[in-house]
Amino acid sequence: MYFETKDLAVGYNGRPLIEHIDIGIRKGGILCLIGPNGSGKSTILRSITRHLAKLGGVVSIDGRDLSGLSNRALAKQVSVVLTGRVDPELLTCWEVVSAGRYPYTNHFGKLSQADEAIVTRSMEQVSVLELREHPFVQLSDGQKQRVLLARALCQQPEVMVLDEPTSYLDIRHKIELLSILRGLASEQGLTVVLSLHEVDLAVKLADVVVLVKGSTIYRCGAPEDVLDGETLRSLYDIRGGAFDLLLGSVELRGAAGESRVFVVPGAGRGAPCFRALQKRGIPFSTGILQPGGVDSAVSHTLAARTFAAEPFAPPTARTLEEARTAARSAQCVVDSGFPLGPYNRENLELLQGAVQAGVPVLCLRPEPPEGLSGVQCFSTVRELIDEAAKLTAPGR
Amino acid sequence: MKKTARFAGGFLVLGILMVVMLYWNINTGSVHLGLERIWELLWTGNDQTLEGNILWKIRLPRMLGTVVLGGGLSIAGFLLQTFFKNPIAGPFVLGISSGSRLFVGFFMLAAAPIAMGNFSPYAIFIAAFAGALLSMALVLAVSNRVQNLAMLLVTGMMIGYICDAGTNFMITFAESNQLRNFTVWSMGSFSGITWPTLGASALIALPAAAVVFLLSKPLEAYLLGENYARSMGVNIKGFRLALIILSSVLAACVVAFAGPISFVGIAVPHITRLLFQTSRPMILIPATFLTGGVFCLLCDLIARTAFAPVELSISTVTSVLGAPVVIWLMIQRKRGS
Repeated sequence: MYFETKDLAVGYNGRPLIEHIDIGIRKGGILCLIGPNGSGKSTILRSITRHLAKLGGVVSIDGRDLSGLSNRALAKQVSVVLTGRVDPELLTCWEVVSAGRYPYTNHFGKLSQADEAIVTRSMEQVSVLELREHPFVQLSDGQKQRVLLARALCQQPEVMVLDEPTSYLDIRHKIELLSILRGLASEQGLTVVLSLHEVDLAVKLADVVVLVKGSTIYRCGAPEDVLDGETLRSLYDIRGGAFDLLLGSVELRGAAGESRVFVVPGAGRGAPCFRALQKRGIPFSTGILQPGGVDSAVSHTLAARTFAAEPFAPPTARTLEEARTAARSAQCVVDSGFPLGPYNRENLELLQGAVQAGVPVLCLRPEPPEGLSGVQCFSTVRELIDEAAKLTAPGR
Repeated sequence: MKKTARFAGGFLVLGILMVVMLYWNINTGSVHLGLERIWELLWTGNDQTLEGNILWKIRLPRMLGTVVLGGGLSIAGFLLQTFFKNPIAGPFVLGISSGSRLFVGFFMLAAAPIAMGNFSPYAIFIAAFAGALLSMALVLAVSNRVQNLAMLLVTGMMIGYICDAGTNFMITFAESNQLRNFTVWSMGSFSGITWPTLGASALIALPAAAVVFLLSKPLEAYLLGENYARSMGVNIKGFRLALIILSSVLAACVVAFAGPISFVGIAVPHITRLLFQTSRPMILIPATFLTGGVFCLLCDLIARTAFAPVELSISTVTSVLGAPVVIWLMIQRKRGS
């Protein structure tokens, strides 16, 4: 391993918080720490960068122990992007970035032409060169973070350490920042060690994820191998609600109680209806679901009851019969507006069955599908759910 | 580059202001000295006339002392603001000046019967330095516990009050013949500067300011915060120690030779930042020194002449000019956050 820790112990005031940390990453790889707030991600990073004295073990780059290096020599090996606001009044972006040349310049910090070229290149790489004369404090959070990244870059480190670099950023800037990191790692062989809040992003960015929880490393390895829904639930102690790793999406806990609405899903159309019902606190059941689909994934957390087909096969007769019963006994049935085809005939039958049984059917379509009459049509989810809420109001 | 032009312009303006203020200070007073006469006296030396004595024995040392001490005090304020990342830190608000004053007061009043009022300026400086360090140690002890800008200032002010209470206690019980000089000094004034004290202050403040200038590079790195500075290779422990010692030396030097002077330490670094529109220490340190000199020359001129022949204490003037700057700063900061 190019960068690695061996039996590292970290903590405050001599009291170890996390021990036996053995993590590592090849050159040009990205290692990402994830874990709940207060789990000690920052403590590990601060111990790696020597902001905090480690309590034992070894941190090394390319086989060299970092603890033997002078401050200046360390600064040439490791640069950082930290959490917390930086407020350097009246400094331009150029001045902030060029501060990264600190370990290379003379006593007065005079930038040579070579230094200036490196600063310019670093700013180009994270596309902030046009901000060079702009006052740093006036930038948006996304721009600030990129300027700080340029600063860390022009320090020309072997390893860059970033502590929750996406914290204040909106989704676009998160994507931009992480894409830049990915590019630096694969194109320039920069080794990146960072912590992230967003598990979904970590999965897509990191070569190695380290799950931090409790007094030791919970798990460590390629995200594809070590991360699954169950691991995440126990890492973050998630109760109620769920995080779907494949979709990278968060679902809140579904409404509790007896199912009042039956949703007929398909091709991802069901999920928005599920969420809208969950927000109104209306319990629902749903079917027939195709296993592995988006609706199926979302329904696991939100639906009171689900009826699923066999993978790549129609539903069993029993499942279909149970679904019919559920639809007939619901206070209303929602047609999510799924596309109709030979493989989901059963879902159209469910709707027809409900109409025959006198259950109100609300369709999210401009007009009723062929072979279905006596239904109400809605053009927006909101109107449809308003109607469903009226129909299912308690005491009705 | 636009910035370079701004820096050059800033220094030019300061240079001109400095010359104007120096001339004005020599020229003005109970005895008026014309330009030709000043020129003549500067070249020929003290010709033992009344005018010669006034120029060489009173105005020249006082004026030069004002520049050196005003500059030094401003640099001390600049260092403390950097150190505490607090725009309204300064030797006076943090109680450092008051600590120095207490120690110097104790030294002067307690040792006066032995030395008959003739102290080595260096002995006074050492007393002031000890007091400054002690106050600084107290402020640091508290600031390590509370990471809060407002609390830091409150602590400094409280330490200041305690020290002032000690000084006032001594004044109450001091013998009356010692009191006049002491009272004038303890209110803050450049009037007591003589050639020996000027020499001592120059020997202390100028090298200290030069060392501060040599620390420009780590000071600039420190603008991004302690953690970034450390990650770039700054030896934080050594650097913090240097800042504490240098700011104490400069603040103590001023208190020893001119008494406690309020608001210069806070206001001047900000006026300089405004003028130069930069935070780069390399520019700001010399500029702050010059601005401090000019500012104190102006304040001293006002103190001497506004109600002549009565002379105001220097803090009376610096407060009136400096306090609005601080209020303005607080409003700006509120708006910014």
